[in-house]
Amino acid sequence: MTSRPGHQDKTAVPLVRLADAGKNYGSIIALSGITLEVSAGDVTCVLGDNGAGKSTLIKIIAGLHQPSTGSYEVEGTPVSFASPREALELGIATVYQDLAVVPLMPVWRNFFLGNEVRKGLRMDIGFMRRTCKSELLGMGIDLRDVDQPIGTLSGGERQCVAIARAVYFGAKVLILDEPTAALGVKQSGVVLKYILQARERGLGVIFITHNPHHAYPVGDRFLLLNRGRTIGYYAKEQITRDELTGLMAGGGELEQLSHELEAMGGAAADAAQVLGEDVQELGIARRPGSGE
Amino acid sequence: MTQTAQADLTPSPLRDERVGRNSVLARLFARPEMGAVSGAIVIFLLFFIIAPPFRSAGSLATVLYVASTFGLMSAPIALLMIGGEFDLSAGVAVTSSALTASLFSYEFTVNVWAGVAVALAVSLAIGFLNGWIVVRTGIPSFLVTLGTFFMLQGLNLALTQTITNQVASPDISEIQGFSAAQKVFASSFTIGGVNIRTTIIYWIVVVFIATWILLRTHVGNWIFSVGGSAPSARAVGVPVAKMKIGLFMGVGLLAWFTGMHTLFEFNTIQSGQGVGNEFVYIIAAVVGGCLLTGGYGSAVGAAIGALIFGMTQQGIVYAGWDPDWFTFFEGALLLGAIVLNTFIRRRAEASR
Repeated sequence: MTSRPGHQDKTAVPLVRLADAGKNYGSIIALSGITLEVSAGDVTCVLGDNGAGKSTLIKIIAGLHQPSTGSYEVEGTPVSFASPREALELGIATVYQDLAVVPLMPVWRNFFLGNEVRKGLRMDIGFMRRTCKSELLGMGIDLRDVDQPIGTLSGGERQCVAIARAVYFGAKVLILDEPTAALGVKQSGVVLKYILQARERGLGVIFITHNPHHAYPVGDRFLLLNRGRTIGYYAKEQITRDELTGLMAGGGELEQLSHELEAMGGAAADAAQVLGEDVQELGIARRPGSGE
Repeated sequence: MTQTAQADLTPSPLRDERVGRNSVLARLFARPEMGAVSGAIVIFLLFFIIAPPFRSAGSLATVLYVASTFGLMSAPIALLMIGGEFDLSAGVAVTSSALTASLFSYEFTVNVWAGVAVALAVSLAIGFLNGWIVVRTGIPSFLVTLGTFFMLQGLNLALTQTITNQVASPDISEIQGFSAAQKVFASSFTIGGVNIRTTIIYWIVVVFIATWILLRTHVGNWIFSVGGSAPSARAVGVPVAKMKIGLFMGVGLLAWFTGMHTLFEFNTIQSGQGVGNEFVYIIAAVVGGCLLTGGYGSAVGAAIGALIFGMTQQGIVYAGWDPDWFTFFEGALLLGAIVLNTFIRRRAEASR
C-alpha cells in the first residue's frame, strides 16, 4: 500500500500496451485504431488539438472507460477495468489537471488523501507529515510548512505535489493530463523537470499536451492524434522538433489557410506570405509513416 | 543541486508571498475558530459588565445549559457543513424524534425505551433519506432539506392531531421506564451548590468526539475533502456518497439525542416546536468558522458559536433588555461572522 518504489528494470514487456484500440459513443467514433506502448522509464507524449481524442484515450488507459474495439494490456496481461480504482491497483495513476487536489486542505492531508496511514483508529499524523516533507524534498520541492493549505502553492507546485503523491503510492505508469496547460513558461519548466524525475525513477509516463515545445524535450515517443485517429507515432530519433510542430499545426490545413488568406488580398495576403514561409521552413511535407 | 535549481526556477515574488503568509498574526487568524473565540470574549465581557446577575455561577450554569441544547446539534451540523452540505430539516427533526418516542410509547402503552429505540431508527432514517436524495439527485441539499423540513413540519402536526386529537403529545411521565430515561437524557447534578445539567457534559463529549474524528482520523480527512472538492476526493478513492449520507445520519443521531432530552425534560412535546432552530444550529456553525461552501470549519468553533448564542440569549434576559431585540442580535451575529470568515478564507486560499 505504502511501498516505496525503487528503480525498476526495463523489461521487455511494456507496462501499458494498446493495440488497435478504439472507442465509440453510440454512432460516434471518438477514437479508432490507436496503438500505443509505454515501457518503464519511457515518456510517451500524446499530442493533439482540441477534440483530437486525447481525453478519450486517457479515460481508457485510466480505467474510466473500456475500449469498444481492440485490446488493452497491462504488463502483458489483457485487462478490462470496471473503475479507475482497479487501474490504480495495477499502478496506473492519473493526475488530472483540475482534479488533483483539495485547495483548502493542508499539503500533507492532500498528499495522503484516500491513502491515510492509520495507527489503530487514528491516523499516524507525525509519520505522514514527515514523509510528505521528505518525499516532496526528494522531488526538489522545498516547502516551509506542510500544514499550509495546498491552495497557497503555485499551480506548478500543486501539479508536482500530485505527481510526487502518485509516485510515492507506487505508480508504475503516470498519466499526466495537460499538466502544463494553465501554467506560465517557468512553472511549465518545473513540471517538465518532475516528469524527467519520474522517468528516472523508472516510471512509464504518458504526457498529454497540445504543446510540442513542452513535449519534445522530455518525450521518448510521440503519438499524434487528430479527429480520433493516429496521424503519427514516432520515436524521438525519427522526428525533429520542427517536424513535430509542423504536424501539430496540421501541415496541409496550414497551407490551405495560407491560400485562402492570399485570395483575400491586402493585409491578409501579407499574413499568408508569412504563413507560407513558415510552412516551408517547418518542412511539412507529408511523411510516409504518418498514416493519413 | 536540485534545491538550488528550484530556487532559480522560482520567481522572487513567490518567496515574498510565502513570507507574508507565515506571519504569526496571519497564522493565528487562519484558524477557523478564531473569529468565534474573539466574539465570545467580547460578548462575555459585555454582559459581565452590564448585567450583574450574569456574574453568578448559577446563571453561568444556565447559560451553559442553553448553549448545550444548541451545541449538541451544532456539532454534527458543523461536520455536515464542512462536508459541503446543509440540513434545514434539523430543527423539526428534533421534534419529530421526540414525538415519535412519545406517541409510540403512549399509543402502544409500551416501555418508553421502546419508543426511544423507534425514535432512533426514525431519526437515522430521516438523515439517511436526506443524504440519499442529495447524493442520488445531485440537487443542492439546501433545496432537498427545505423540502423535508416542510414535510416533517406537516407530519409532526398532522400525525399528532390524528393520534391524540391535540397539537401536543400526551404526558408520558406515568409510563414505565420514564424515570430511568429521564435520568439518562435530562438530569442534573450539583457541584458546590451549583446545579449542572448533564447535557453540558454530553455536549462536551460530543464536541470532543467530533473534533477527534475531524482532526485525528482518516474519516475527518475525508469529510474535509468531500466538502472542499468532491471531484478531487472521488478521484483519489474517497467514498463521497457514503460520507455525505453518513454525515446526514450523524445529524439524525444527535437530533434523536436532543429530541430525547426535550421529551424527558418536559414530559410532553408541542408538535410545532423546533421550527427556526435549524438556523440557530447553522449560525452557531458559521460563527464558529464553517464555510457555507464547505471544506473548512471546526467542531470546537461551532461549540463556541453555540456558547455565544447561549450567552446572548440569557445575557439579554439578565441585563433586563427587551427580548424583542434577540433576533436582531442573531442576524447581526450571522452577518458579522460571514464577513469575517470570507476575509479569513481569502487569506487562507490561493490568491494567484
